[in-house]
Amino acid sequence: MAINKYRAMKVSKGFSIHLLLGLVAFTCIFPLFWMLRCSFMTLETVFTDKSIIPTAFHFGNFIKVLTEEKFGIYFMNSVIYTASVVSAIVIIASLAAYSFSRLRFPGKNFFFYMFVAAMMIPLPGSFVPLYVLINKLNLVNTRIGYILCMTNVGLSMSILLLKTFFDKMNTDLEDAARIDGCGKLGIWWHVALPLARPAIAVIVIFNALNVWNEFILAQLLLTDTRLMPLQKALMEFQGAHSVDYPVLMAGLTLAAMPIILLYLAMQKHIVKGFSYGATAG
Amino acid sequence: MTSLAQRKKFTMGDAKESLVNFSFILPAVILFSIFYIYPFYDIFRLSLHEWNGIDAQKYYVHFDNFKELFKDGNWWRSMWHAGIITFFALTFQNVMAFALALACDQKIRMKKFYRMIFFIPPVLSEVVVGFIWMWILNGDMQSGEYIGILNYLLDKMGLHHLITSWLSNPDTVLTCIALVHCWKGFGWGFIMLFAGLQTIDAQLYEAARVDGANSWQIFKNITIPMMVPVILVVIFLTVLGSMQVFVLIKAMVGQGLQDYTSVPVSEIFESMIGLKRFGYACAQGVSFGVTLITISLVFKLLSTKVKQY
Repeated sequence: MAINKYRAMKVSKGFSIHLLLGLVAFTCIFPLFWMLRCSFMTLETVFTDKSIIPTAFHFGNFIKVLTEEKFGIYFMNSVIYTASVVSAIVIIASLAAYSFSRLRFPGKNFFFYMFVAAMMIPLPGSFVPLYVLINKLNLVNTRIGYILCMTNVGLSMSILLLKTFFDKMNTDLEDAARIDGCGKLGIWWHVALPLARPAIAVIVIFNALNVWNEFILAQLLLTDTRLMPLQKALMEFQGAHSVDYPVLMAGLTLAAMPIILLYLAMQKHIVKGFSYGATAG
Repeated sequence: MTSLAQRKKFTMGDAKESLVNFSFILPAVILFSIFYIYPFYDIFRLSLHEWNGIDAQKYYVHFDNFKELFKDGNWWRSMWHAGIITFFALTFQNVMAFALALACDQKIRMKKFYRMIFFIPPVLSEVVVGFIWMWILNGDMQSGEYIGILNYLLDKMGLHHLITSWLSNPDTVLTCIALVHCWKGFGWGFIMLFAGLQTIDAQLYEAARVDGANSWQIFKNITIPMMVPVILVVIFLTVLGSMQVFVLIKAMVGQGLQDYTSVPVSEIFESMIGLKRFGYACAQGVSFGVTLITISLVFKLLSTKVKQY
């Protein structure tokens, strides 16, 4: 009797836990499913057909959004910005983090804490002076202006994370390379960078998320439609045709899918990233 | 001994080596100086001026922008709205995140699956999340049927009294925004709290159980004290993130219902783009930043206090 009661309690506990987790998981997935579903409908059926799986699949929205609404261009712009900013951050941050961790020069701590402080101080209105500066430099409506701004945004976090990683990394291989006559730059490129791959994966995914999803600076700095990234294009599209939901949903699908796929592919690095973050901070 | 002697004498070789080592951080320092330090200085300078952002002439107005801001009802109202959203995030979102992290920390199946799903909303952009929910919460009707799925389901379930146009009703719009913000954000808290729970030594739990402690006692006397540092970080990040919400609201309601949905960042945007008052926008940014820094310093103090126990 007692054992049966104990088992019954355990089963009901397991059931209620799964019920809670399952319910929340459902609310996480359903909006995305609904977006995907509506992107396959026409303007006529989307308002009336409420079946879970639509009765007829219609691919026209994706063609329309890519060609007529030029989302192909915006998609490529987003890819260009994300790829350039992420590679710039990986190179610049790993150079700096390597130097902070391994090399000696006067004022090292000062410069390091300068980057750390920038991460701690929230500056919510900084887009105003940043816009003024970019305007002064004549970089409004240029790819390079936006790329430089966004590179700076991700720099502090990436330097801190990589430095923490280098600090814990064994120096044996680097010492061996030095004895073999490899220069500092060579050691950074041939030894340290490949060994830091797990930490690089973390900064790649977080910075890619950040750039792909960024809106405020894109809104201010890129008014030329040929240079707009996806997020801004979606906002403009919604402003222009507020009722074409199927096409809007197709656009949202295009903007959401690459980042969801990147996340699913690099998922294990995210949990790892949080444990680095915990030790770094 | 020899190394100590070498260190004392700073030779030309050392200077050259320092210069080479410094050159590794040079690209980062240059970018940082131009795109962080200079704007940081500029926001303070501009906040003391009246300037439309175009003219060469800026008028130095001393602290007038700040005085005006202090009496600006719209500004305080926007702070109030952000405060309400932050309140939702601190209570509902964080309790939810903690409950889910605890549930995932049990010995159950499909743990990895749930963990994977819960972090999908945080990877989406605010624009995407805002538009998806705007469509779900749509309050319009077409040929006798509700077009938003939420109202449609409420209608079919017979809950007619709950049906409303969620995002154009002043009574519901801010709550809807806050809940969508929680939906998008709980995954961050979840994953940090989950990572924290994983670091607690299982032997502690076992020892407590051997001593006859029940689940509630274990939770209160082991889990909570061990998790305090992580909880504080999550609270801190929740406050900073929620106070600065803006793009989500812009996507969900656009320019509509400004009186009920304005937040500090949207006010800064409006001062800059709409009113062309760059100085005033900077003053708003500075005082908002100072508010947030004060909050974070209080948390810093709290967390060092707590860690001492």
